[in-house]
Amino acid sequence: MFNNFPLWPDRASSTAGNVDALFIFLIIVSGMMTLLVFTAVIYFAARFRHRKGVLAEQIEGSIPLELTWTIIPLGVFMVIFLWGAVVYFNSRTPPRDSTEVYVVAKQWMWKLEHAEGQREINELHVPVGRDVKLIMTSQDVIHSFFIPAFRMKQDVLPGRYTVAWFHATKPGVYHLFCAEYCGTQHSGMIGDIVVMEPSQYEAWMSGSPSGPLSATGEKIFAELGCVTCHRTDTQGRGPNLQGMFGKPVQLQDGRTITADENYVRESILDPGAKVVNGFKPVMPTFQGIVSEEQLNALVAYVKSLAPAGQTGGQTANPATIAPGLNPAPVTTHGSSKGSPKGTKVQ
Amino acid sequence: MSMATATVQPVEREDYLNKHYGVGSWLLTTDHKRIALLYLISITFFFFVGGFFALLMRLELLTPAGDLVQADTYNKLFSMHGMVMVFFFLIPSIPAVLGNFLVPMMIGAKDLAFPKINLLSWYLYIIGGVMMTHCILTGGVDTGWTFYTPFSTAFSNSKVIEAGLAIFINGFSSILTGLNFVVTIHRMRAPGMTWSRLPLFIWAHYATSIIQILGTPVVAITLVLVVAERALHLGIFDPKLGGDPLLFQHLFWFYSHPAVYIMILPSMGVVTEVIACFSRKRIFGYHFVAMSSVAIAVFGFLVWAHHMFVAGISVYAALVFSLLSYSVAVPSAVKVFNWTATLYKGSIHYDAPMLYAFGFLGLFTIGGLTGLFLAALGVDVHVTDTYFVIAHFHYIMVGGALMGYLGGLHFWWPKISGRLYPEGWARLAALIVFIGFNLTFFPQFVLGYLGMPRRYYDYSHMPEFQVLNVLSTAGSTILGIGYLLPMIYFLWSMRYGKPAPDNPWNAAGLEWQTQSPPTTFNFVEEPVVTWEAYNYDEIDAGHKQEAPVVG
Repeated sequence: MFNNFPLWPDRASSTAGNVDALFIFLIIVSGMMTLLVFTAVIYFAARFRHRKGVLAEQIEGSIPLELTWTIIPLGVFMVIFLWGAVVYFNSRTPPRDSTEVYVVAKQWMWKLEHAEGQREINELHVPVGRDVKLIMTSQDVIHSFFIPAFRMKQDVLPGRYTVAWFHATKPGVYHLFCAEYCGTQHSGMIGDIVVMEPSQYEAWMSGSPSGPLSATGEKIFAELGCVTCHRTDTQGRGPNLQGMFGKPVQLQDGRTITADENYVRESILDPGAKVVNGFKPVMPTFQGIVSEEQLNALVAYVKSLAPAGQTGGQTANPATIAPGLNPAPVTTHGSSKGSPKGTKVQ
Repeated sequence: MSMATATVQPVEREDYLNKHYGVGSWLLTTDHKRIALLYLISITFFFFVGGFFALLMRLELLTPAGDLVQADTYNKLFSMHGMVMVFFFLIPSIPAVLGNFLVPMMIGAKDLAFPKINLLSWYLYIIGGVMMTHCILTGGVDTGWTFYTPFSTAFSNSKVIEAGLAIFINGFSSILTGLNFVVTIHRMRAPGMTWSRLPLFIWAHYATSIIQILGTPVVAITLVLVVAERALHLGIFDPKLGGDPLLFQHLFWFYSHPAVYIMILPSMGVVTEVIACFSRKRIFGYHFVAMSSVAIAVFGFLVWAHHMFVAGISVYAALVFSLLSYSVAVPSAVKVFNWTATLYKGSIHYDAPMLYAFGFLGLFTIGGLTGLFLAALGVDVHVTDTYFVIAHFHYIMVGGALMGYLGGLHFWWPKISGRLYPEGWARLAALIVFIGFNLTFFPQFVLGYLGMPRRYYDYSHMPEFQVLNVLSTAGSTILGIGYLLPMIYFLWSMRYGKPAPDNPWNAAGLEWQTQSPPTTFNFVEEPVVTWEAYNYDEIDAGHKQEAPVVG
């Protein structure tokens, strides 16, 4: 029990150091404030303890003192607020050209699908030194994707995408937890994040069974007949999707929104919600027809139609994936722990 | 009036306890003091129910494997621990017991403005409490006290509807108490009891009442919507039915964050009275302490989404709610500094109520400062939904609110019961609670930063968390003893305690000017207040306050 007793979590992402720095600053500030209050209370309690014949000296108060201990804490709090806001803002804004991983959470497992097509359950392999963007949704209740070593957490909601990202800096095997209570096996909804050296990662990646996710999406796009309306010219009954992703779209009601993952998702499930200007609301809903995984593939396909650089790195270089090869043996660093929960889906 | 007869009985004075006997005289009473005692008995029952659940949880977490109870049982334990402790103990604790007993007496009134509504609010509490108990005994509920959707409306296989309705009904008890206090404080102050002569306990309860009246209806409606979605499949929160799960969180926290101030503000009021009395001083910066209560109540309504920084709200909303959260921290800090300054040049006594007040100061300071960590966006992402949050809010709600409640119960016990509690045991209990509390909850800050998520019953995949969990469990047993002791000696003192004088602490405040225990209508004739609050200089200089003394 005592030979495995850490007091500080692993620091394995580009964000972790920033969070730790603010945390340490907060410990120092609050430690000083605690010391100040405790010292004053203990000193006064001892120095001014009741003695026979000695009366308390009445003091009404002091405006300068009140202002002092209102304004100084307020100033300190504003520093903490700004610092916290900067760390948060950076940790919430995924860099362009990130590697993308689609996450589907369900009671009580994590299903992860790389844009390149690899699928994993309760285990995610990522390379060190690359930005990884997670596009997440849930099939049932709210979950939360939490990697303590990366100081990263994002709730995963049914019915929409939420996005998070990280940049791993240290090879190793790290905990993945579900942090939002989700029912009976909530504490079993855990997994491993395997951070690998880029070369090993490439080797691991080379065992792609089914080609990139966008290719799967293209197949579904054809099978469902989407292609009959969303043509590659201007003659279709639906908007031409080429180059649309990531661009502003003008809607029928006059609003302009950015075509992001959530917009594509909503347009598939609830096509009448935000109709593009100049088109009729004739598209049927695909709610209940496409699964979450198929939705992810469709979204990845629509994204791949955007010019390179507009979305993620996966479309920039799909040729590096060679389907049909056997997966290379996976070796991990940094931790001797096994990963019994992980399964790679072939 | 019956007061006149009281003075002519030399052997045993008539008071609110012995004026009438029989079950009926209690169950149909409209006396605010008797209703306070009805509440005291009921909430003590629920406190030990909730505490029992907590001890079972701590025992389960002693070892990493889930070996004591099953997963579903554990989930029900923490859910019912939260619901029972929040809705059936902490929220009614100080307002419904000490507030009920003291608000009329402190302002020189015979009773609350609406005595029958006061009784009604206790019956609503009991109806809610019986439903909750029935719910617990027939299977319980496993949604967490937070009822997050769509889990609670579409996935949980437990008694969500019954628990939701129990809390819904209980909510009206809280609303009516708040309403009663606001009207009473506005309309029934004795002549001369101006707003700036009110004890700060009253200011704290006034601020609390505003939250109860404005906040509680929102959570009540929200729980009805949960019930409606679960029972009738109305699409409100579940995306499959066209609803929005984040809407639930906004509505829930719009009440449930201010609810923290329903728990802590009255406790701050108690601590203020105790610190003034046992340092024999006016409160330093009376107006700042009074206004900080009101500021906390107002700003407390503007910070709810700081529970949702990783829930999927926009980055900009998060920035605003983080900024506003610090606006609550300022008045809280102001209070701590004013209490500390009150000690300066005082004449400090170390009786048990004061030890609880010291304990409050220490634990509330730590609880409040760790709130700064959680309001800081970048850090919150990592520590939210971990044991860091558990430790933080227990420092506020148990370290703060419960320390204040126990301190107040000791302080006013002579007035309530007419008996003195055993001082030595009480000091020992205060010490045990303080040590047990810190041992239970401080390790959880470390656990939280390490990343241990809350609501996990099995951590066999991360055995590195065990040492801290063992410490926490050890602390919880000490804490349990600390809470059991006062119940034992309070009960003991009701029979064997020395009879209490009318004003055993030589304290300021109208409630000490009547006999112990008071008569049914508190004062023989309406008091006229000609002095400022906390006039300890006049009391200690031997001046007598010109208030009517009975007996």
